[in-house]
Amino acid sequence: MAHDHDHDNDHSELGEMDLRVRALETVLAQKGYIDPAALDVLIDTYQTKIGPRNGARVVARAWTDPVFRDWLLNDATAAIAALGYTGRQGEHMVAVANSDTQHHMVVCTLCSCYPWPVLGLPPTWYKSAPYRSRAVKDPRGVLAELGVHLPASTSIRVWDSTAEVRYLVIPQRPPGTEGWSEEALAGLVTRDAMIGTGLARSPQAAP
Amino acid sequence: MTYTTHADLGGRNCPGPIVPEPEGELFHAAWEARALALTLAMGATGSWNIDTSRSARETLPDYERLSYYRIWLAALEKLMTERSQLLPDELAAGRMLRAPQPLRRVLRAADVPAVLAKGSPTERPGSVPARFALGQPVRMRRGPFEHHTRLPGYVQGKAGTIERLHGMHVFADAHAHGLGEQPQWLYTVAFDAPELWGAQAEPGLRVSVDAWESYLTEAA
Repeated sequence: MAHDHDHDNDHSELGEMDLRVRALETVLAQKGYIDPAALDVLIDTYQTKIGPRNGARVVARAWTDPVFRDWLLNDATAAIAALGYTGRQGEHMVAVANSDTQHHMVVCTLCSCYPWPVLGLPPTWYKSAPYRSRAVKDPRGVLAELGVHLPASTSIRVWDSTAEVRYLVIPQRPPGTEGWSEEALAGLVTRDAMIGTGLARSPQAAP
Repeated sequence: MTYTTHADLGGRNCPGPIVPEPEGELFHAAWEARALALTLAMGATGSWNIDTSRSARETLPDYERLSYYRIWLAALEKLMTERSQLLPDELAAGRMLRAPQPLRRVLRAADVPAVLAKGSPTERPGSVPARFALGQPVRMRRGPFEHHTRLPGYVQGKAGTIERLHGMHVFADAHAHGLGEQPQWLYTVAFDAPELWGAQAEPGLRVSVDAWESYLTEAA
């Protein structure tokens, strides 16, 4: 993502929004309200350091370590902090575990609340009106639209994050992964599985 | 005064597809990344709090027509112009035309990791006992509310059960309007789908919201 300093190279096609945001940034920097280098660090952080691979490590640990799993289910904020993931938009964490009989799914119907330290920035659809409006009323339809078909015997539990508590779904560990390392298991844990709009990958589909 | 939010979408069946997106595809234009970072950096100056910025976003008249980062950007401009930190003619000119307003602090690059890692916890130590207990049936208050609230319309007036207690948290409804933190007990309240959606509701579905104590009444 380029905030580089070669803005003036080729910019006949700069869009209206690019110009507007650049104007805003210029004014704010001239006024001393922002440090442009801080913007670069913020963007880089969410592009390279804070993203769903963090959450995948949490889930893989929970799959392999029953003591950690209990801790995660009882005090997710502390258990996740023990792996080094804390802070903005994850100050108060709750983890919920899927089973054969219950599937958890997370939404923010009022805005876009999302557990940043473990999942990074939310995908566009998570912030969109169709997902936010329908997830609480027709979650099975939403899942089907995303290609997830649950057995009728699995009931759905939706968590609408309306305050500052953030939710992480622990998907079910796929069969056929006995003896796998935490690192290999983490590769099966998708972002969507941790929102509850997907399932963990099967070993055959491992990247 | 009438307070109108355009962000309370739960249960409204807003049309349109839910389009999957690969992990790592964070921005769809360079300006989106800058808009995100500008919003975070200005938020870190302490000029307003997160509830104030949510209120600024949800009351944008064209909220429903804007993409999410356009909402963020419009709210940021609104918050700054309201505080005379930014003048509309400066935005048009693309340069500073008036002296800056003093800020509480400025986010420096070197401080970003620590600021993000610290976050802004909203739990506050409380000596007030919780009014409601785990498993207790409750009924949600009804609007209309003439202020920012985090009580979604689809649960207003509905009967649910206390499923979790989260301690006392900064009360968003007050905090958004500069009325201080006024911490209250925060609960997870769960609802059976038929209570929310009637007999056509999906079998077995339960939905919860996180609700401050003043949103709740004893179930009659």
